[in-house]
Amino acid sequence: MVYSYFPGCTLKTKAKDLDAYARRSAEALGVTLEELPEWQCCGAVYPIAQDEIATRLSSVRALNSAKELGHPLLTLCSACHHVIKRVNEDMRANEDIRGKANRYLELAEPYAGETRVVHYLEMLRDGVGFAELKKKVVNPLKGRKIAAYYGCLLLRPNDVMQFDNPENPTILEDFIRAIGAEPVVSALRNECCGAYVALEDKSVPEKLAGRILDSMRDLGADSVITACPLCRYNLYTNRREGHPPVYYFTELLAEALGVKEAN
Amino acid sequence: MSSLQKIGVFVCWCGSNIAATVDVKAVAEAASHEPGVVFATDYQYMCSEGGQARIREAIREYGLTGIVICSCSPRMHEATFRKTAQAAGLNPYMVEIANIREQCSWIHRDMAEGTEKAIILAKAAIAKLHLNTPLKAGESPVVKRALVIGGGIAGIQTALDIADAGYEVDIVEKTPTIGGKMAQLDKTFPTLDCAACILTPKMVEAAQNEKIHLYTWSEVQSVKGFVGNFTVEIRKKARYVDETKCTGCGLCMEKCPSRKTKSEFNLGLSNRTAIYIPFAQAIPNVPVIDTEACLKFKTGKCGICQKNCAAGAIDYEQKDEIITQQYGAIVAATGFNPISLERYDEFAYSQSPDVITSLELERLMNAAGPTKGVLLRPSDHEHPKTIVFVQCVGSRDTTDCGKPYCSKICCMYTAKHAMMIREKYPDTDVHVFYIDVRTPGKNFDEFYRRAVEQYGVDYIKGMVGKVVPHDGKLLVQGSDLIGGEQIKIDADLVVLAAAIEPDKSARPLATMLTASMDTNDFFTEAHPKLRPVESPTAGVFLSGVCQGPKDIPETVAQAGAAAAKVIGLLAKDKLVGNPCVAHSNELMCNGCATCENVCPYGAIGYIDKEINDHGRREVRRIALVNEAVCQGCGACTVACPSGAMDLKGFSNQQIMAEVDAICKP
Amino acid sequence: MAVNPMELRDTVLRITGVNPRKCMKCGKCSGTCPAYDQMEYHPHQFVAMVEKGDIERLMASPSVFMCLSCFACVERCPRGVEPAKLIEGIRLAMIRQKDANHMTMNDVPALLDSEMPQQAITSALRKYAK
Repeated sequence: MVYSYFPGCTLKTKAKDLDAYARRSAEALGVTLEELPEWQCCGAVYPIAQDEIATRLSSVRALNSAKELGHPLLTLCSACHHVIKRVNEDMRANEDIRGKANRYLELAEPYAGETRVVHYLEMLRDGVGFAELKKKVVNPLKGRKIAAYYGCLLLRPNDVMQFDNPENPTILEDFIRAIGAEPVVSALRNECCGAYVALEDKSVPEKLAGRILDSMRDLGADSVITACPLCRYNLYTNRREGHPPVYYFTELLAEALGVKEAN
Repeated sequence: MSSLQKIGVFVCWCGSNIAATVDVKAVAEAASHEPGVVFATDYQYMCSEGGQARIREAIREYGLTGIVICSCSPRMHEATFRKTAQAAGLNPYMVEIANIREQCSWIHRDMAEGTEKAIILAKAAIAKLHLNTPLKAGESPVVKRALVIGGGIAGIQTALDIADAGYEVDIVEKTPTIGGKMAQLDKTFPTLDCAACILTPKMVEAAQNEKIHLYTWSEVQSVKGFVGNFTVEIRKKARYVDETKCTGCGLCMEKCPSRKTKSEFNLGLSNRTAIYIPFAQAIPNVPVIDTEACLKFKTGKCGICQKNCAAGAIDYEQKDEIITQQYGAIVAATGFNPISLERYDEFAYSQSPDVITSLELERLMNAAGPTKGVLLRPSDHEHPKTIVFVQCVGSRDTTDCGKPYCSKICCMYTAKHAMMIREKYPDTDVHVFYIDVRTPGKNFDEFYRRAVEQYGVDYIKGMVGKVVPHDGKLLVQGSDLIGGEQIKIDADLVVLAAAIEPDKSARPLATMLTASMDTNDFFTEAHPKLRPVESPTAGVFLSGVCQGPKDIPETVAQAGAAAAKVIGLLAKDKLVGNPCVAHSNELMCNGCATCENVCPYGAIGYIDKEINDHGRREVRRIALVNEAVCQGCGACTVACPSGAMDLKGFSNQQIMAEVDAICKP
Repeated sequence: MAVNPMELRDTVLRITGVNPRKCMKCGKCSGTCPAYDQMEYHPHQFVAMVEKGDIERLMASPSVFMCLSCFACVERCPRGVEPAKLIEGIRLAMIRQKDANHMTMNDVPALLDSEMPQQAITSALRKYAK
């Protein structure tokens, strides 16, 4: 299994762990991640306005490179996944955006949404398979009670993301079971953490992330996992007394696969 | 055009429906110049008695041999004008309709364009009429027996009314008992009488009526034939209990060791045995064995029910049985179900047992239900002190999760539930989130207002956005649009008014009946206002929610109306057929069987016949149309590779004449 | 700068592709919004006010910058109205005006802490500035 890999900016700086654990785990699972050459920032937010072309171009470049390399494009950061997947759908279905982007980029062959965008978790579920993952776990996280926090970007809008049931997702819970732990299910796991408003107004994530962590604590979670650096930041920095610690899911994956420490 | 027809043309204004967009006088004037036309006029309402009188007078005065009515769609008034012509001594098939309303005035805005098109349509009808020949309809007998598909209140009422008129009627019900959804209800709005008290006597009446035969645990497998003479195969599924021997003592159920299957009747709120009757008042009072749960079927061991049955009614070897029966009329009464809420998980339906549907609440409030009518929430069997109702869950929803229509019954049953809870448990807080409260109906709005004013139910204009199960409570977050705030309620129980949808069996049944359906899988009526209980397919009638959302009073009214239509049909000894049927030109037919393959009614067969082909005599295999079975759809005429098949009243020549008239400058 | 409110509305609707007439005024968007308490105007009001062309009041309100783009209102709307897209449209109508950025690069350093991921900074700047 070979994927073109789009790490994104945050994974190169503040979320190096998320990236390193993911790479080592992939290797342990026999999955080859080839980092996309010369990738650029996805833009972090999807440009909702249909008349914005420039802000879509870096995603289109990444998608087109993956197409040329002939592999699916694998993402890990929720924001990158969200932006690239939605831009891909624009390139496939929106004639106006496709035309303008292609005219601007002057590609050898026009890009029309051919690349399959796969999140790391989808790779685990649909590529490796959770049953197979379970077999490869050398250090099952027995007795751990882990709450999954999905956030918004992987799930919504469901008609494009097609990631999981947007209101009652199970992919992270299935992942938690596969690495030998017990999932703790909070209905707030798909409610917003406060997102980028954290930059301007700390009270918003304080309230929203606090509510989420309260719920997970009350349900007896000993830790929380997420795939999103911004979610992790908002949850992590707003922890109060008794709140469980917050990890990237890849850290627990690497731990379960026995590759947490670099060789 | 060289025929000897003397044609009259009658242009209808249809009030302003046609006259506002089509210059009717100009149409009459233009038509009067067409070959063969000896009279042309216009009138405000041609279908009225005054209009029909004009037609009759003109036929007599001018000795007309055919008439063209420029008016609404033939689906609306062709039959009316055929009768008018017949009354004046004209063959009814010498009437042509030019549809200048639905296909002209209603879809054009410009008078000049509309008038031009109306003239063309009139000319086409005139051209066709030149080639019309008088046709005589054949007759077919009527089987004096009706089939009702579905044994809920709609089907039961229809069957009772048909039987009351003296006709045999069979009910086919796919579950083990008749009674349908109404049997699951507690009280009924707006009078609050108990559903069982008014339904079970009707169930008993249906079972005891000697004209009614019940096929429960049975399904319609195939339908052939046509109005007055349908042949239906009914699959009577193996019950594994002999209905003729079972005494209904119930010992088998008492002894059955497999007791962990969710009760369908109680919507999973209680368990049942593998051999079971759905509820105590079930009819017939004969159990059925669920082979998925039965240890005898699963492991081969057990057989306890058989050992305990004194009547010797248990028969593990029983097989499905196919019953073939003739019917004159068929009534669809297939009912509804609440939609699945798996795609509305923002309300946590699949995440908390204390988030329930309104139908589940009916079971929890029903004295014969799993909690004996004491309102206890499913999770911990405690009295809920704060209850939130959410209306329009999946109704009026244009996304692919929901239904675009209003389910119609939810506003009233929610008011009923809220009122009953406040009546029985006055210390309970009851909140209802609503988008609109829709209460048209006799004593309906008064009922809703009583819930608010007398019982203090808190109605909140707004919608719930999220339900979060937390620490034994349900945190309900919603909007209060009047109060202008986002409110949060700590509830003990959340009740969702799930949209209703037609039963899944309706779609395959419609295919068997060649009855049409709308995009929501409700059966389509022959006319939404004037023929609301008839399907466009002759001999097929509609009763209850299978035609559209409705409450019990409306369902019973419609059930009676459908019965009246069935009785009207069965009262006839013979039906006049449609003479516009296919026929094969035996000189041109080469017996290839293409027509037989495309005929949806099985009306075409083959015979070997000696043919005199321009002096050459030989025996050939040729197609023969059974005119009693042919519905005149014309599929064979299009499919026939040699052009031998033609349709009376719509011959290829007539169609081409119409096309020519439209195309000629 | 006097702008014709109806023209402004048409621009917002064009760039977002939203049709506010589809709204049946159920309020589910505002029932679901996690930023409700921070807003002066709430998602259902955005929909109703845009339809009326009452846009300048929305542009003048800090509410536009409180939307988290979490898309919960979009996912849960029973009529496919997509209120979050509309709020984005208003925000763009505003920051696309001259010197109307809500935040600039110079404001950022003071807001940072050592843990803040790049994703937050880039997102905020994309949302708040042109």
